[in-house]
Amino acid sequence: MLDHDILIIGAGLAGMRAALSAKEQGADVAVVSKVHPVRSHSNAAQGGINAALTDRGDDWRDHAYDTIKGSDFLGDQDAIALMCQEAGDEVIAMEHMGAIFNRDEEGRLGTRAFGGQREARTFFVADFTGQALLHVLYEQILKAGALVYEEWFVLSLIVRDGKCGGAVMMDIRTGRIEVVRAKAVILAAGGLGRVFEPSTNALICTGDGMSLGYRAGASLMDMEMVQYHPTTLKGSGVLISEAARGEGAYLLNSENDRFMLKYAPEFKELASRDVVSRCEQTEINEGRGIDGCVLLDLRHLGEKYISERLSQIRELAMDFANVDMAKEPVPIMPGMHYQMGGVKANVDGETGVPGLYAAGEVACVSVHGGNRLGANSLLDTLVFGRRSGVHAADLIKSIQHLDVDDSAADNDRRNIQNLLSNNKNESFGQIRLDMGTAMKEHFGVFRDEDGMREGIEKIEAVKKRAESVYVADKTSTFNTNLLFTLELGFMLECAESIAVSAADRSESRGAHTRTDMPDRDDENWLKHIMVSKSSDGGHELNYKDVVITDWEPVVRQY
Amino acid sequence: MEVKFNVRRYDPESTDAVDHFQEYLMDMEDSSTVLDGLIRIREEVDGTLSLRCSCRSAICGSCAVRVNGEAGLACNTKIIDVLPGNGNTITIEPAGNLPVVKDLVVDFQPFWGKIKAVEPWLQPVGEEPKTEYLAPDEDMLHLAGVVSCILCGACVSDCTVMEVDSNFLGPAALAKSYRFVGDPRDASNQQRFKTLNEYGGVWDCTRCMKCVEVCPKGVAPMDRIMSLREKVMEAGYTNTNGARHANAFVDSVKHSGWLDELKLPIKSFGIFNIKAMIGLIPLAIRSQRAGKVPPIFHKSIPGVENVKRIFEKVETKK
Repeated sequence: MLDHDILIIGAGLAGMRAALSAKEQGADVAVVSKVHPVRSHSNAAQGGINAALTDRGDDWRDHAYDTIKGSDFLGDQDAIALMCQEAGDEVIAMEHMGAIFNRDEEGRLGTRAFGGQREARTFFVADFTGQALLHVLYEQILKAGALVYEEWFVLSLIVRDGKCGGAVMMDIRTGRIEVVRAKAVILAAGGLGRVFEPSTNALICTGDGMSLGYRAGASLMDMEMVQYHPTTLKGSGVLISEAARGEGAYLLNSENDRFMLKYAPEFKELASRDVVSRCEQTEINEGRGIDGCVLLDLRHLGEKYISERLSQIRELAMDFANVDMAKEPVPIMPGMHYQMGGVKANVDGETGVPGLYAAGEVACVSVHGGNRLGANSLLDTLVFGRRSGVHAADLIKSIQHLDVDDSAADNDRRNIQNLLSNNKNESFGQIRLDMGTAMKEHFGVFRDEDGMREGIEKIEAVKKRAESVYVADKTSTFNTNLLFTLELGFMLECAESIAVSAADRSESRGAHTRTDMPDRDDENWLKHIMVSKSSDGGHELNYKDVVITDWEPVVRQY
Repeated sequence: MEVKFNVRRYDPESTDAVDHFQEYLMDMEDSSTVLDGLIRIREEVDGTLSLRCSCRSAICGSCAVRVNGEAGLACNTKIIDVLPGNGNTITIEPAGNLPVVKDLVVDFQPFWGKIKAVEPWLQPVGEEPKTEYLAPDEDMLHLAGVVSCILCGACVSDCTVMEVDSNFLGPAALAKSYRFVGDPRDASNQQRFKTLNEYGGVWDCTRCMKCVEVCPKGVAPMDRIMSLREKVMEAGYTNTNGARHANAFVDSVKHSGWLDELKLPIKSFGIFNIKAMIGLIPLAIRSQRAGKVPPIFHKSIPGVENVKRIFEKVETKK
């Protein structure tokens, strides 16, 4: 059995930020990640990180309002205010740690425009901001000498009398299963993109953290709010950053028409993501698309500008769509990108389960509400990662370890034995594909009652089939076949929670757009839906009012 | 199109744990990548195949493998680009210069050890400013070219020095080091140069260019290593074989217009380095036999004064 004060699950931005802040407080911290830290999905954030810096004449209140409006008034305003107030310090802290950032003429941090915001307040490193920040945090982890269990897979959380006291994990390289006793566990395991097919998300984004939290008794909140990013490449689903539109790219339909002028006269291509994705899908559905896509046109920006500020996405478009965006428009379509919902947590990362914290995409604080603004996700990971680490480091001073011993792993050991020894016939690949396709079809940009009901039935059917999944690889060394099977279990639980939450929300708000109920219903639905495990093994829904402080909901226009 | 994937397999738990090739015949789209093929193999044909992959868009650095003998990311290598003209087989092997764990999965611990050895974190001096450090945009843009390294290990896989000398820090770690040496906010260059100047550091690169060729992100590690050499010498670290070798090159060409190959080793090692001089004897004998001994009297080329003028011009420009 291993022993730590704090165990952090996930080594992306949220996890490593939490580890650094907890270690600074003197706690014995360990991070566990199923991939090496620099392979984490924070890498994929291209465009930047938002902050209203007062010495630039910006105001956190403006950032907060843009975020609240972007959330379609589902975000909790107290949490959003706090995130926006702490944003500036967080960006400066990253710069001090070594992040390079693009600069202005005076050598200060430069900004670019991003969707849904009235000010250019997005700080950036070309178009690989997430990767640049992730590597800087990894450098700081090395400097601090923080312990990372690299390529270990968390199988379950240990819960005693409703409190979390550690986790059971498996060394991917050897198959060895260990119990880790910890006074606090911070979930920082990222999102669930693979529940949908296609998705911009990496193959590792399988909702592990959300499912682990759910199984441990925490609530999943706002799960129906799934972001479709307006610019993803056809086929591969590869992401083309919002930075492209931030730098001035146009969206065109088959008639060569800049259609966003019609839908969002003020913000145009830089309306919030849910709005732009809906407009694109409407154009496509009404016959003004090209082969299921619309066009992203950057040609007027010029080759030099593109290669200086958007070099990576230019390469991506060449590699994955065979298009040089300096010379031709790129066919793009809305693609599943981000989960606004997650394990319900407060601004210090505390979930409803004592000892269990959550931060980053895995969590729902709720700062994104019905729709996240571009470049607010990196901010979310850093602010709430740091706050969770600080709070957990304080908590562990006053509590003892729970009564945990090696037998805590018995269930997981048995489960894996069963998986490896069965001789059933379903393939995890086919099941995941069927689940992902069903989720896209029934819980996509546009939804309706009948479609969602059908979706729920399909999810139930694949869940049944998943009981007969066959693991071909019987070895203990780097058995990815086994891992995918375990991940499939996590994903199915997430899919179900998305489906039941979506079917429950009888209005249209943010990313949840129902063609049969197209209006927002502030009277009945200024509230969050929470899914949790019921005592009979099924799920139950609960509700929580949205926190509204200074900003009354109004009709959203861009 | 029909593609035969010839994949090197290794299972450390099998009774006869030796590596072997296994063929998979797959029907692929023209636009498919090598990774698309590998994922389809493990999802549809053979679940026992192990490989690392995640982002599918050349940013996480997980899927470096050797395709037809050359390292690269499986996710941004299009099948059509690597299919040979006269067949439909592509060969996939694990990255080189790192121990194989299983199939296409290699042990990255030696790789991370070398990254850590260059102390890859910003080391500024003095008190932190209240706001950001001021730094010119062009310096940051220049660094962005190295910061965009995703630590995939393709360069290390195919480094011809690491193949024979595991002590070499290698292209990835040295590029990482350059990222800090070139950062105007970093104040620890003297310490960094000392390490870089040691055995295994910047002088062990043979300039074979392989790392530049295989890097999927245009980081050009060798160019960074050459920049580091210059900086190390400028900082006064001239008392190494490498630095003397570079200086001897310059002196010879400047003096006579061409390279005096006889003096080069003597100047590089130092004439009083008896052990090294004796060590050169077998080479001299082999050269003699092959008729490759340079002339003993090294004459200047015609028009050598023009060469000198070029040198003077370059030196005043510096």
